[in-house]
Amino acid sequence: MPRGQAEHPTSYIIAALLLIGLWYLASFMLDSPELPTPLSVFYAFIAGIRADLGYHILISAFRVVYGIALAGSFAVPLGLLCYINRVDKFIAPVIYLLYPIPHIVLLPLIILMFGIGDLSKIVLIAIIVFFQILVTTRDAARNLSVNYIYSLLSLGATTKDVYRHVILPACLPKILTAIRISVGTSIAVLFFVESFATEKGLGYMIMYAWSKMDYPALYASIVAMALLGLFLYLIVECVEKKLCAWVYI
Amino acid sequence: MIEAKNLSMVYPDGTEALRDVNFVIQDGASCSIIGPSGCGKTTLLFILAGILKPTEGVVQLGVQPREVALILQNYGLFPWKTIYENIDLGLQMRGIPRSERKRIVLSLLDRLGLRSFANHYPDQLSGGMQQRVGFARALALKPRILLMDEPLSSLDALTREALQNFLLRLWKDNGMTMVLVTHSIEEAVFLGKEIIVLSPRPGHVVNIIENLNAGDANYRTKEAFFSKCREVRQNIPPAI
Ligand SMILES: Nc1ncnc2c1ncn2[C@@H]1O[C@H](COP(=O)(O)OP(=O)(O)OP(=O)(O)O)[C@@H](O)[C@H]1O
Ligand SMILES: [Mg+2]
Repeated sequence: MPRGQAEHPTSYIIAALLLIGLWYLASFMLDSPELPTPLSVFYAFIAGIRADLGYHILISAFRVVYGIALAGSFAVPLGLLCYINRVDKFIAPVIYLLYPIPHIVLLPLIILMFGIGDLSKIVLIAIIVFFQILVTTRDAARNLSVNYIYSLLSLGATTKDVYRHVILPACLPKILTAIRISVGTSIAVLFFVESFATEKGLGYMIMYAWSKMDYPALYASIVAMALLGLFLYLIVECVEKKLCAWVYI
Repeated sequence: MIEAKNLSMVYPDGTEALRDVNFVIQDGASCSIIGPSGCGKTTLLFILAGILKPTEGVVQLGVQPREVALILQNYGLFPWKTIYENIDLGLQMRGIPRSERKRIVLSLLDRLGLRSFANHYPDQLSGGMQQRVGFARALALKPRILLMDEPLSSLDALTREALQNFLLRLWKDNGMTMVLVTHSIEEAVFLGKEIIVLSPRPGHVVNIIENLNAGDANYRTKEAFFSKCREVRQNIPPAI
């Protein structure tokens, strides 16, 4: 059985303090406005929250969550259906052809199709994490031991029962891990899609503060983006622990 | 009555697992099936249980498919379901009301000494306990035919004997038909009134040995037991 990870909140606090300490050290040694101290960034963060940083965080969170949800709602069922050989015969070649392509270059096409509003940003995030979730889900479904299916069939199961009681729960840990990883990917894509043609979101805030050479505000936006990623990651992890308790025994 | 007529099985990849298997098992009988590793025993049970279709031949069971229960090699429990949920699952899929299911599951848990593990997951239990859960799950469905695929083979000797005794009592108390696949000659002789001996792959019936003394809980210590074991051993074709 896997051992999960260290549970103690204290170890997280120590790690955070260590990182902040290193940051302090670096900013003192560099002694340049381009790397402000954590404290001044903290003040800038508070000032940002008092202004409209919270709004931008929400906009960014909305885009990421929507993008991942959109991707997952297609990728998970499709990946699970790959359990069936006939389905996999069609889907696997498509995956293998399209997965390694850098989807971010689809941006012009997506803007052409969905305009320059929120939708095209969400769609680009969705397309990129769609493949991550699909590939992982498919692999999990393909590697499922057929004995579980036989075992369920021997209890008088229908096809629906097989998906509900075997294929989905057996693949769920892998699916949630893929979603957890896709949080990181989608935040990176988020920065890219928010760095142009919008005046909302953390990516915009970063570009804006950068252009004004307002370094504390720049770092405050970067920290906000990091916290957003961390927060979403922890949520998925909590869901994983709740739904896949059997993995963490 | 279980009747296997001219059963042959060739897997899609060309592996011939069974060739022209024929036998009859009477209602309420206990029958052991023994044969070398890879001779097609699991395949045969899957065919009897209706999970696989033979490429040739037919199986006649004389009972409804839902009255047949199968216990798989390596227990066949679902790691993502608790002990309670594992036992409950078959009942749930039959649409039995929740309160009725609860009564059945709890009484089985009590009977098999697993009550305090209801909310554990299979991986938290010892092999012997997992196997008892496998039995409980099958028994919950009140089968008239119980098919078992080497149910005790990965257990230590003591647990194994205890569960053999359990199976014997089960058979005597419930009057169901029991078919037990095993690779242990002693187990086949202790539990099977009839012993079907299969050849190496492609499996076919080389002999059906009568074993009328089976059913006696003290059979293991008797001379008749040892001579029967010897007889079975002489009938088993050498594996390559
Ligand atoms: N799905 C399958 N596709 C192709 N060949 C298979 C399949 N399942 C089993 N076989 C082959 O059929 C033969 C019989 O397999 P089976 O599992 O029925 O044997 P067994 O007697 O139960 O073996 P064991 O004693 O190891 O449990 C073996 O050669 C096996 O490799
Ligand atoms: Mg087998």
